Amino acid sequence: MSAKEQKKAKRFGMVIDLDKCTGCGACMVACMAENNVPFKKDESNKLDSITWMRVFKLTNGKEYPDADVCYLPRPCQHCEGHDGHSPCVSVCPATATDYSRETGIVSQIYTRCFGCRYCMAACPYHARYFNWWDPVWPKGMEKMLSPDVSVRMRGIVEKCSFCFHRYQRAMDKAHLEGRRELAENEYQTACTQACPAGAITFGDLNNPGHAVYKLKQSPNAFRLLERLGTNTKVYYVSEREWVRRAGDNYLAHEKTGQVAAAH
Amino acid sequence: MDSALIPEGVKRCSFGKFMVFISIVSAVLLWGVYAMLLCWLKGLNQTNMNDYYGFALWIWADLAVIALGGGAFFSGFLKYLVGKDELKNIINYAVLIGFICYSSALLILAIDIGQPLRGWFIFWHANVHSMLTEVAFCLSCYFGVLCIEYIPLVLENRQLNKVPFFHNFAHNLHEIMAVFAATGAFLSFFHQGSLGGVAGVLFGRPFAYREGVFVWPWTFFLFTWSAAAFGPCFTLSLTKLLEKISGKKLVKDNVIELLAKISGWMIFTYTIAKIADTYYWAVVTAPGKGQTLMEFYTGNAFYGIWILVLEVIIGGLIPGLILITNKGRKNKYLLTTAIILACIGVSVNRWVMVLQVMAVPVMPFDTWALYYPSWQEVATTILPVAYGVLLIGISYRYMPIFPQERELNPID
Repeated sequence: MSAKEQKKAKRFGMVIDLDKCTGCGACMVACMAENNVPFKKDESNKLDSITWMRVFKLTNGKEYPDADVCYLPRPCQHCEGHDGHSPCVSVCPATATDYSRETGIVSQIYTRCFGCRYCMAACPYHARYFNWWDPVWPKGMEKMLSPDVSVRMRGIVEKCSFCFHRYQRAMDKAHLEGRRELAENEYQTACTQACPAGAITFGDLNNPGHAVYKLKQSPNAFRLLERLGTNTKVYYVSEREWVRRAGDNYLAHEKTGQVAAAH
Repeated sequence: MDSALIPEGVKRCSFGKFMVFISIVSAVLLWGVYAMLLCWLKGLNQTNMNDYYGFALWIWADLAVIALGGGAFFSGFLKYLVGKDELKNIINYAVLIGFICYSSALLILAIDIGQPLRGWFIFWHANVHSMLTEVAFCLSCYFGVLCIEYIPLVLENRQLNKVPFFHNFAHNLHEIMAVFAATGAFLSFFHQGSLGGVAGVLFGRPFAYREGVFVWPWTFFLFTWSAAAFGPCFTLSLTKLLEKISGKKLVKDNVIELLAKISGWMIFTYTIAKIADTYYWAVVTAPGKGQTLMEFYTGNAFYGIWILVLEVIIGGLIPGLILITNKGRKNKYLLTTAIILACIGVSVNRWVMVLQVMAVPVMPFDTWALYYPSWQEVATTILPVAYGVLLIGISYRYMPIFPQERELNPID
């Protein structure tokens, strides 16, 4: 990539307003439908079910009337790490997961993954899921699967792709129209569009014209486990101090947000 | 019935007794093979692993047998490169144990991956940044070296050795064994280290992460050091076990004591390094990532500070101190206690660096994840043990594994 192109590189990311999220789970449903995410008859064991987007329930641990709840949607954080060495990309022995310097998206190459699960061990967000079973779709549902997303087989790892097929589709359309740039609304993830509260905003974090560019600069913005140096592209916003503090590990004497590494 | 195959000048149990032994161990082996086939045919849903426990019992077993099998490369290094010639009396057994450990490790890896038919991707699409890539390359190469080291032993069987080609081939391999010992030591340094690096580079997991030199975290060096230190103790443990079972002295005390002494000093110095590493991690690395030492050892039903004490003090410092003293080595009870504790210590270290890493929550709102293996995982972990017992049994019966056996057990 030339220096000029490098300058134009995108860093697609999200800003999720946790004060708006109601925990309805529409983002999770939309994600599963959009990305042909397989499911089992019994999904009660969350340790072996696949949820590219997972909503965590956080509480402040206080008793009524001070009790407070926050719902935290967690897609893959698309870590950049240091110079593209995100936790999972750097450890995959078969280069089955890759960091795109063009889009900032961490991809998973299903046909190359051989299921060693080292990437899962490396991810502190538990954003990576293993296909413990082959997908089994209810009768007739296979006709309803998205043709743009390949179905994954047993024995490999999968994760949120920021609906990369939507990016490809939008770029195809733009190329046909003689353009090389996308408008902000041309590429949006399924979870973003499904959120009834408008809590999720998606766009190019490098583009001053995109909403995420401004939103991430909020004094209430933070990233999950920022001090680990994962350098994620999913920002969260909350006016509640305890929520921001729950986004990272702090020693007792440390102030919230004080120790986050700048990127 | 098989007396023509048994080495000259030594006594073995009756063929019938041997076959009973073989049958019992084979039954256990077949149980493991059945579980292995279930995993291959039905997938890893046969295990109790989950998305929080991507690495579990098998990876621990893998790391443990590779560490315990480290006696092969280190004994070879001591004999052929350092010049400790007395070790020629135990090197065959060390090589045999190493061969069993490394072939077992490769087998476990083949079961552990979700798509075994794609296992070769690790070589074809190799990611040079991944510690696992280095492990795969060095492990495979070193297994090749161990095969070369084991072949002369097989060819020294009484009947095979009568064939001139086999006799000459085995002799010539022996002549150049120093080259293979050096190659083995070189490869082992890297793959043992890379196995340590597997956990040490996980910068998203403060429990595992360590700083280091260039691309190598401290765990890289600690794993190599510990394999060289504790591996010989496993060789000694199995020698003692075989002596107990056969009712014979197989290796002279001076050889045992020499290996125990070297191992003791290696364990002692390793433990000092491990304590320094743990101290730095507890007061600098982990707090730098917002976590305190005790967060890793509280808030769950299993992992307490006891595991750190068991690993470093009971399984490290104590055996190290026993083995570096002349009195400790001369006392059979203390020697046996020390080598068993050492084997436990290094196994606990590998357990911690695999399973506890998975168990500790990183996100503040996440919880500890505990796990217990399924019977298929247990059976496939016992499978290599049964295979090892079988191979030791066959090798001991038909090959001249212990050069001092004839002298120590003269037949009237």
